[in-house]
Amino acid sequence: MSSAATPPPPVRRIQVDADPTVVAPSTPGTTNGGHSNVGLAAPRRRPHRATDGLERMRAEELTVYYADKPAVKGVTLPVRSGEVLSLIGPSGCGKTTLLRTLNRLTELTATASFEGRITLDGEDVLAQEVTSLRRRVSMVFQQPNPFPMSVFDNVAYALREQASRRPGRDQLRPQVEEALRRAGLWDEVADDLSHPALRLSGGQQQRLCIARALAVRPEVLLLDEPCSALDPRSTATIEELILKLRDELAVVIVTHNLQQAYRIADFVGFMYLGELVEYGPADQVFGDPRAKRTKDYISGGFG
Amino acid sequence: MEAATARVPAARPLESGWRRSDRLFVGLCWATGILLCLIAGSLVLYMLFRGLQYVSVDLLTTHPVSDLDQSKTGGFLDPLIGTVILAVMGTLIALPLGVGAAVWLTEYGRPAWLARSVESGIEMVAGTPSIVLAIFGLLLFSQQFLSFLSFTASGNAVFGRSFFAAGAMMSLIALPLIFGATRAALQAIPSHVREASYALGKTKAATIRRVLLPMSREGMATGTALGMGRIAGDTAIVVILLGATLRLQGVGDEPVLSTLRGTGSTLTSYVYNNSPAGEGNAPDKAYAAAFVLLMVVIALNFGIDLFTSRRARRA
Amino acid sequence: MARPASPATGPHRSDKRAELLLGALASVVLVLIAGMVVFVLAKAWPSFSHNGLAWFGSGGNVDTQLIDIFNSPANPDKYEYTFHAWPLLYATALVTLGAVIVGLTFALFAAIFIVEFAPNRLRAVLEPVVRLLAAVPSVIYGLIGILVLVPFVGNHLISQGRKESVAYVVQLSGNSLAVAVVILTVMITPIMIALIVDALRTVPRSWTEGAHALGANRWRVVWTIAVRAARPAIVGACVLATARALGEAIMLSMVSGSVGFAPNPLDGLTFFVEPVRPLAATIVDNAEGLSVKPLGQTLYAFAAVLLISSLFLSLGAWLVRQPMKRYGVRP
Repeated sequence: MSSAATPPPPVRRIQVDADPTVVAPSTPGTTNGGHSNVGLAAPRRRPHRATDGLERMRAEELTVYYADKPAVKGVTLPVRSGEVLSLIGPSGCGKTTLLRTLNRLTELTATASFEGRITLDGEDVLAQEVTSLRRRVSMVFQQPNPFPMSVFDNVAYALREQASRRPGRDQLRPQVEEALRRAGLWDEVADDLSHPALRLSGGQQQRLCIARALAVRPEVLLLDEPCSALDPRSTATIEELILKLRDELAVVIVTHNLQQAYRIADFVGFMYLGELVEYGPADQVFGDPRAKRTKDYISGGFG
Repeated sequence: MEAATARVPAARPLESGWRRSDRLFVGLCWATGILLCLIAGSLVLYMLFRGLQYVSVDLLTTHPVSDLDQSKTGGFLDPLIGTVILAVMGTLIALPLGVGAAVWLTEYGRPAWLARSVESGIEMVAGTPSIVLAIFGLLLFSQQFLSFLSFTASGNAVFGRSFFAAGAMMSLIALPLIFGATRAALQAIPSHVREASYALGKTKAATIRRVLLPMSREGMATGTALGMGRIAGDTAIVVILLGATLRLQGVGDEPVLSTLRGTGSTLTSYVYNNSPAGEGNAPDKAYAAAFVLLMVVIALNFGIDLFTSRRARRA
Repeated sequence: MARPASPATGPHRSDKRAELLLGALASVVLVLIAGMVVFVLAKAWPSFSHNGLAWFGSGGNVDTQLIDIFNSPANPDKYEYTFHAWPLLYATALVTLGAVIVGLTFALFAAIFIVEFAPNRLRAVLEPVVRLLAAVPSVIYGLIGILVLVPFVGNHLISQGRKESVAYVVQLSGNSLAVAVVILTVMITPIMIALIVDALRTVPRSWTEGAHALGANRWRVVWTIAVRAARPAIVGACVLATARALGEAIMLSMVSGSVGFAPNPLDGLTFFVEPVRPLAATIVDNAEGLSVKPLGQTLYAFAAVLLISSLFLSLGAWLVRQPMKRYGVRP
């Protein structure tokens, strides 16, 4: 599949004596005048926001095991409302596992277990019912996965499941409309809400999944590489959507696309082999990363 | 910050995020699961108990004795042989038909209307009750032009019941199974195998013969074993088309042909006849024969399971 | 399916021969099936033409009618054909519908149990057991029925008083509707369980994960997503089971009773212990008379009804699955 026209990029070795985990953000003044020194030329969409967001979730010393093998090692991370936290790193570094542990989706795997503590608004995540946790912490997956039902039934699914008595269609309509509007899909489907969801285009399906996740008004939205299966137009639409949503929720997005993280993230966590190597404001991590491994990764050295 | 707590296991018990009706349904699921275990267990255990109570080695090796009081004497060697003959005959006839149709459908398949009809036709046969196949068989083999396959009474009435007739109809039972398994095996062969063969200059016929069919041997074997199992278990065709004589009665003088043209019985018809539904009044013989039949079917299915799981593990 | 690969150099002579030979083999199957339908219908025609639509109606005792047909003289002009099959059709419908409805419910919940809720060791035992049950010959089910269940029902469940109260109409001996439905259910359920389990397993994980992530509990995820996606397979399993139930002759002839009696639901509990005799079982019971022309033709008429019913079943199932394709549920 790769053409033999351009020579392959040189292999860079990973320095094992690099600084491991750094958590607190660095002091300003050591940055390179706000410009990235690693060649990412696209301008940032919005300037970095001050961290005055309310802390929604917190992972403390989180270690996730798949049958005795740790996939995530001792990670401590805050998730704050009003900002986009992007987890980056090469494949297999544990960022998806970390994301899935936040809404306890790892419990679907029989061999998974974890140590450490995750809190949502101060309350331990294990102390709550998993169904109400997942209403407050919603997830969008890498491959769009709309259910084999109509658009309306997809968006209304979570609303119907969460209600103790089955709500009628008229009762649900305003909430479905609101969710579709927030996801930016309303104009395209408003004329026929009973259209089969699987007949939508890829970008529309992913926005439908976002609408579905937004229907129950979550406080945290987790996105697992939401644009990796989409074309650039749909990707741009969804990135704009995420930036609009960040005003209302806390957003955690896992992406292997550094350009994307550069465009939309406010805070960045770089993970490597299960460890959180560096965490800080996006300007600092992209502009002047402190850990050597981060520098190597961002400049295209590996992964 | 608390210190790390003990490892949290993955599966959580039912929490109160469940409605009452949800819990009810889960309870129903558990109830059906347990009921399933109980029914299966009692079925197998009862047959085991009764069978071991009545079966013995000489039952398997002695010929049945035509006696009004069946419960005293004789074994079921002849019915056992009858089952084997029918299973072999049925699969022998069904193999070329099923494999041929499957190969034609996957490799050629033109014209399209014929392909669709053949597919639907075989599905129809799969759905036809065996009693209907049985009396169609009687209709067919009672015709004069097929009289050489069975016994012709004085007065020119073709008896129409013989191992040939039963075997031919049994093949229709095994046919859909062999066809389905062969077709699945052929479709599972990726197209690059065929393309490689053609690129080497081989004709389609040679490719099929030398490359594709050997590769689908395991699928064919599974289909054949399944077919044999179903043939061994069928009673309706035997009752109608095998003439219901306890022992193998040959017709004519040729060594093998006379048996095949003649009548007999199988384990299934033996069980049927010895139960209160038939004439014999020997429930213990019926249990013994049923036990042997069950063991044969279990062994066959166990073998198929083992074979397919070993193949899946290798793949 | 895409066109199968072919050699680039065009058809070789041996290829053409092979294609013709294989095509002929495939057509033999088709010819046989077409011949079966045609011949059975042709042989059955006199019985239908003589009775017209009243063949399906009721009127008179089915058994005496059959005896009359059997005894009618050898003169072709004086063949007796009068027959009203309603009690047999009614019995067939009762037994089949009863077994399929009970069996489907049982199979659905058992399949959900196996796929979702069963502990691992139990699941590893249940799956081969279900496949085994599906392979057990029907005569063994019939044997257990006639030697265990029928005496049980006859001696312990039906009181002497009940027997005497209906003795002038019918003998209650334990060969009954209830036993027939119970054993037929046990016969057809394992196949349905196996098919539904397979279908539930092939539901894409992305759908069930998505439903879990939206906060639905385990039961609701299985019920609203997996079972819904498996609906075509469930319909297919139903059709297969109904076809098997319709055509079951041997086991039913052993346990359901030897009188062509139409049970009356208004009889209350007695309804369940009245004897019945479905169509296929009637063919087996009268099999010796197949060579006697009018009786044989009547029996072929039964076979024709069974054949056409299974045809319609397959067609109906295909029709039911078409609308489900619209929402992306794979047929």
